Amino acid sequence: MLSNITIGQYFPGNSILHRLDPRVKVLLLFFFLIEIFLFSNAVAYGIFSAVAFALMLLSGIPLGMLLRSLKPLWWIILFTFVIHLFSNPGTPIAKFWWFTLTWEGIRMGCFISLRLVLLILMSSLLTFTTSPLKLTDALESLLSPFRRFGLPAHELAMMMTIALRFIPTLIEETDKIMKAQQSRGADFTTGNVMKRLRNMVPILVPLFLSAFRRADELAMAMEARCYRGGVGRTQMKSLKTGGVDYLAIAGFVLLTVSLLGIKVLA
Amino acid sequence: MAFIKVENLTHIYHPGTPQESVALDKVNLSIEAGEFVAVLGTNGSGKSTLARHLNGLLLPTEGRCFIRGLDTCNEQELWQIRQQIGMVFQNPDNQLIAAVVEDDVAFGPENLGMDPQEIRAKVNASLQAVNMAKYRTFAPHLLSGGQKQRIAIAGALAMDTDCLVLDEPTAMLDPQGREEVLRTVQKLHEERGITIVYITHFMEEASVADRIVVMDKGQVAADGTPREIFADVPGMKKCGLDVPLAVEVVWQLRHQGIKLPEDILTEDELVEALEAYTCQSN
Repeated sequence: MLSNITIGQYFPGNSILHRLDPRVKVLLLFFFLIEIFLFSNAVAYGIFSAVAFALMLLSGIPLGMLLRSLKPLWWIILFTFVIHLFSNPGTPIAKFWWFTLTWEGIRMGCFISLRLVLLILMSSLLTFTTSPLKLTDALESLLSPFRRFGLPAHELAMMMTIALRFIPTLIEETDKIMKAQQSRGADFTTGNVMKRLRNMVPILVPLFLSAFRRADELAMAMEARCYRGGVGRTQMKSLKTGGVDYLAIAGFVLLTVSLLGIKVLA
Repeated sequence: MAFIKVENLTHIYHPGTPQESVALDKVNLSIEAGEFVAVLGTNGSGKSTLARHLNGLLLPTEGRCFIRGLDTCNEQELWQIRQQIGMVFQNPDNQLIAAVVEDDVAFGPENLGMDPQEIRAKVNASLQAVNMAKYRTFAPHLLSGGQKQRIAIAGALAMDTDCLVLDEPTAMLDPQGREEVLRTVQKLHEERGITIVYITHFMEEASVADRIVVMDKGQVAADGTPREIFADVPGMKKCGLDVPLAVEVVWQLRHQGIKLPEDILTEDELVEALEAYTCQSN
């Protein structure tokens, strides 16, 4: 029952988006999201939507799958939309009790909802096309300039890598412990919430014990393989910024410049 | 100069506390380059403690441990020692660090600061050497125990180690995995002349070594070729160890007055000797 958990939502493929340097992807996404908030005219939103749609097609990921990532946030989007409908002063259209529906409200509601949808779609596009490991490498590399301010970039990345490595192992172990306890009469499925939580204790105690033991042994194995922290360490798969990446950056700059142009002209 | 030289090595866990226990008691041992040494002993005989001294994971309470003349107590030489001595531990799950096989094999060379292309070449060669090249991109949790241990061996090889210290690498494996690991170790020893220190409590595994060191209560109880060691059945039993089945049978038969040669080690040899004996007596 616990065995079919996947971490993240990486969808393997070989599209241009998959091949981009993850650092470039993270940075471009970051700036793109900022721009979504900076430019709020209709033309800009049209362009954003077009870009997002083009990238979704480019990624080779089934559209349905991408749209499904909106599902958990569907209610928030709807809620935001409704709030904006009634909370903007302007030309009134209709009145319910003391709520006034305005044209400005509809406009604003559409913008804000579109903004949220774009935010979610673009972010999931990143996690769909980048494996968690590459994402970790990218974060390490992007955070490394902050090392001089005491940010342990390498250690954070190493922690994430180890977590990714051990999540399946620990899930397997949890499964095993649960079965062992169940075979001796433990009951995890009946009773109220409090009772069920209390019944989890006999799972958590051995799980934690074994996790600590694993950590101890792993530390020893790492030391035996000359691990001394990030200093003087190289990487086999060093991230490379290539032609596709410069193309993407150029495209993004073009987008920004044209958005600025539209804003100045309008 | 001996490759590994252990002089008067004593290790005491938790000294000065009620849990104080002497794991190693004045051990002297020297291993030449290119040897295949099996270390036998029961639980608590000090064999794992000894293994952990060989690359400075544990430091001696008394005595010294030298690898090619480098002292494990000298912090400057420690990393050079760890590069030369590759370690494989008992639990296959707790020694793989990365979430992808090839990244894990690259972990050692990355720590040594080799350049990326060199690492790539070493990773490929090491995976080839343990016959795991096609699992390059697998996640470790999808592999069998024997495969994981072979990856751990590849991880050590990628650091250009000259010596593998394996601390009960097969204790948690099924028979097939045990076979795989032992075959791999034998192959590396024969083809590349890698020095092997193989800690085990399986007699059949120990019998393929050039030399067996028997540990008992923190001391070296016996040291010799497999034939010499297993010939002393009472001595082995005193250390709490069994001998391979064939040796035991021969020993019992000889006690019954049936004259079989003393240096029989494998079941095939036993069958041959018994056939020869029956032919003779007919």
